[in-house]
Amino acid sequence: MSIPEDIQVILATDCGSTTTKAILIEKTGDEYRLKVRGEAPTTVEAPFEDVTVGVLNAVTEVEELSGRKILKDGQIQTPSDGKTGVDIYISTSSAGGGLQMMVSGVVKTMTAESAERAALGAGAIVMDVIASNDGRLPHERIERIRHLRPDMILLSGGIDGGTVKHVVELAELIEAAKPKPRLGASYNLPVIYAGNVEAREKVQERLEDVTDLQVVKNLRPTLEQENLGPAREKIHDLFMEHVMAQAPGYKKLMDMTDAPIMPTPGAVGLLIQTIAEEEEIDVVGVDIGGATTDVFSVFEGTFNRTVSANLGMSYSIANVLAETGLENIVRWVPFSIDPTSLRNRIVNKMIRPTTIPQTLKELKLEQAIAREALRLAFEQHKSFATTLKGVQRARDISDTFDQSMAGETLVNLASLDLIVGSGGVLSHAPRRQQAMLMMIDAFLPEGVTELAVDSIFMMPQLGVLSTLHKQAATQVFHKDCLIHLGTCVAPVGSLKKPKEVMKVDLSLSNGDSIIETLSLGDLLLTPLSYDETATGTITPLNGFDLGNGKNDAVDVELRGGVVGLVFDARGRRPFNLPDSPEAKISALNRWYDQMNMYSSEEE
Amino acid sequence: MAHAYTPGLRVSPRTTLRKVRRLPLTGEVKVSVGDQVKAADIVARTELPGAVTPYNIVNTLGVVAEDAPHVMVKEIGEKVEADEVIAESSSFFGLFTSRAKAPVSGTLESVSEVTGQVIIRQPPTPLELKAYVDGKVVEVLEEEGVIVETHGAFIQGIFGIGGETNAEIVMAVDNPSETLDETKITSEMAGKAIVGGNMVTISGIKKAIDVGVKGIIVGGINDTDIKELLGYEIGVAITGSEDIEVTIVVTEGFGEIAMAERTFELLKQNVGNQASINGATQIRAGVIRPEVIVPMDVESDQKAVSEVVAGAMETGTKIRVIREPYFGKIGTVTDLPPKLEPLPTEAHVRILRAQLEDGEEVVLPRANVEIIEEA
Repeated sequence: MSIPEDIQVILATDCGSTTTKAILIEKTGDEYRLKVRGEAPTTVEAPFEDVTVGVLNAVTEVEELSGRKILKDGQIQTPSDGKTGVDIYISTSSAGGGLQMMVSGVVKTMTAESAERAALGAGAIVMDVIASNDGRLPHERIERIRHLRPDMILLSGGIDGGTVKHVVELAELIEAAKPKPRLGASYNLPVIYAGNVEAREKVQERLEDVTDLQVVKNLRPTLEQENLGPAREKIHDLFMEHVMAQAPGYKKLMDMTDAPIMPTPGAVGLLIQTIAEEEEIDVVGVDIGGATTDVFSVFEGTFNRTVSANLGMSYSIANVLAETGLENIVRWVPFSIDPTSLRNRIVNKMIRPTTIPQTLKELKLEQAIAREALRLAFEQHKSFATTLKGVQRARDISDTFDQSMAGETLVNLASLDLIVGSGGVLSHAPRRQQAMLMMIDAFLPEGVTELAVDSIFMMPQLGVLSTLHKQAATQVFHKDCLIHLGTCVAPVGSLKKPKEVMKVDLSLSNGDSIIETLSLGDLLLTPLSYDETATGTITPLNGFDLGNGKNDAVDVELRGGVVGLVFDARGRRPFNLPDSPEAKISALNRWYDQMNMYSSEEE
Repeated sequence: MAHAYTPGLRVSPRTTLRKVRRLPLTGEVKVSVGDQVKAADIVARTELPGAVTPYNIVNTLGVVAEDAPHVMVKEIGEKVEADEVIAESSSFFGLFTSRAKAPVSGTLESVSEVTGQVIIRQPPTPLELKAYVDGKVVEVLEEEGVIVETHGAFIQGIFGIGGETNAEIVMAVDNPSETLDETKITSEMAGKAIVGGNMVTISGIKKAIDVGVKGIIVGGINDTDIKELLGYEIGVAITGSEDIEVTIVVTEGFGEIAMAERTFELLKQNVGNQASINGATQIRAGVIRPEVIVPMDVESDQKAVSEVVAGAMETGTKIRVIREPYFGKIGTVTDLPPKLEPLPTEAHVRILRAQLEDGEEVVLPRANVEIIEEA
């Protein structure tokens, strides 16, 4: 859909599982800016069972805060007549548990993985990946399909002209399972077929009668090529037609919006892609919630998204403990604590998910757990965001010493330009330094990397907006959505004994200068605001590398932020914390003091 | 705003509850509106479709997939027994015959000429749904189940494991601060639901399972003990289908926390009564809490159904703290300032002031307390 370039007033909502958030964007002079934000409880469940009630409540709050009349006869007035109403209204949604899918393909690391990428990129939660070589027996796969009740299934498999038999076998399993959709029993489960063209007819024979089968182009037509677009678009269409249309009030909401409703994470992904494209940068975005953590990345123009469905800070907090182990959490805690007590505190947060830390100790514990949740989610992302596996590469003599292979991760910390964090534990950390160091510790960025947080989580709405009006979306993103924390400078290398790691020689735009030499284990914070820069040279020492090679100086122009510049000489690959508990606690306290992380008040 | 909305767990000596009993698939409802049912009565039944067993006959018979339909000796829709021949092929002018036998008993559902896969569906398994509580059927959900209304005592727990069970209530400790360990459990407690105080130990749980206790209701439990009991960590709080022989309902939380006095007293009053207990917990959208229901015979009592009304928080409201550093303590709200105020963490949040039972005056984030629901 295209809209006039000169629109003045934009209304956007995001219907989350608990809260519906509305934002109002207005053009002032040449710029689009966020005017106000309102919110109201989501009304998908009883007694309302109509999502538009919550939407109108949130919009009413926007009206009250902005003074602009938007509703007319209980409806959103579009287009605007200049003084009242809005020019466009758009929305995203993750209410009702979002979009839950099952995907399948022939080879786990090839077509099945491409199918998973397509589903994740479209904003789905992937409940399971069925592959011919997933090590399960056929009847186990059937049981799994029956048991999970997804919103839809994406069936792929076989490159064009490749295996027919294996693809049809998967179709037969789906047929035998007779899967029922999660919501509503009155319609057939949507199944998207995006596999080998030569198997189409046979797949149709199997599935046409028992499912709502949709056929699109093969998402992996050759081993060297992925074509995820058609499958993703079909997922969005079916999400609207089937899944959303089943949820209470969505038919009404669909009539109200000027563009299709998008799944929330799909919209965030679009925004991250737009930013990476517009600025030609590599970006990582993370949204850490109570139940799940989403990671988005764009490296070398390739977009990837992963959902760690069971890593989060409340509902899933005990699962962070289960996956990482107590020792990995304890290593970030700057005081000693009894393990049984720590475990009980963690599970108590799981069963009382809305509680907040009251004491500094509780806050430090929560932020220690957040580091591990973020780290694990990022690890999962790295292992998934890879170049295509199964690709035969012609090698010449120049490749002989090049160890890179197909299937290696695309995530390159050295080329990463920007990390954007969002979600309660990052956005609402009492001091911004806490958010910055949590992300540095979890992602271990290398070289020069900027960090930011999304203050009020409006990335979903801006994502949909980017499909209609890129300029408005990017302007609001930079001016109102992002809080620039600053820049992290971290040379790569490690040392057995403490020696010097880098020499910093920078002039600040305010006339000051930073001349410092940092040794292994040092962490230095220099406040510098976002509109100020620091230019000069940083020289890595003793075998450390800042991107130009070992010990080679790098000329930099660094941008500040609400926190400033962080020079991290704690080493990378590996990043080690001291072994003994006492030394570790003392190191953590030194870093936290240096970052001015917490109030010094004793409890 | 002087009010705040913080629903607590319900503890009520006398209430009316409606339990929705729903089959996982459509089936047949066995009772009618107005029927009196006992907890063990079957209210609905259905048949779960049998498991499906695929079997590729191509390799066994040494034929190509295209020929699969032609070598079948059983037809689609026909019943087959385990080890019965379902397909055979001859080679060398009938000299050698290969046979494919059914791996399980069931019905032959399909034969594929693309893959050579034969699908056999096993007989359906009957599933019977019990009433779970004593009460009256007040609504029939066509082909799906019923709603049973019951009157009685009702206690919501915070976390549980194990599914539905019915048992008589027995006290295993004398006061709510006493720990339930193996020394308190006797063989007379077989088949009973036992009540503990501030915590149940792992050896206590093991002894309870040994003697055949059906339910444990207790204030606290250690997370490490649950891990030891189940053999895995509880990652997310979705429970109820654990493979253990006892249902556990935890009323306060993890660690050593005395059971709320009122809860303890209510259970004590109901010693000797049959309780319906369920450990199933789900702390996501559509919260499910573990529960103890003690139905009472009050057929003549026609009190209106009491809805769950979340109390408004005001000065004088009784609250319980649900997070450190005052976790588990009970107090009374003395002030609800409308403005955000800073915590020691420097976060600015809505707070309340309260006087704890020991007289201490404290400041608490409103998010960290729950209202103690008065009966």
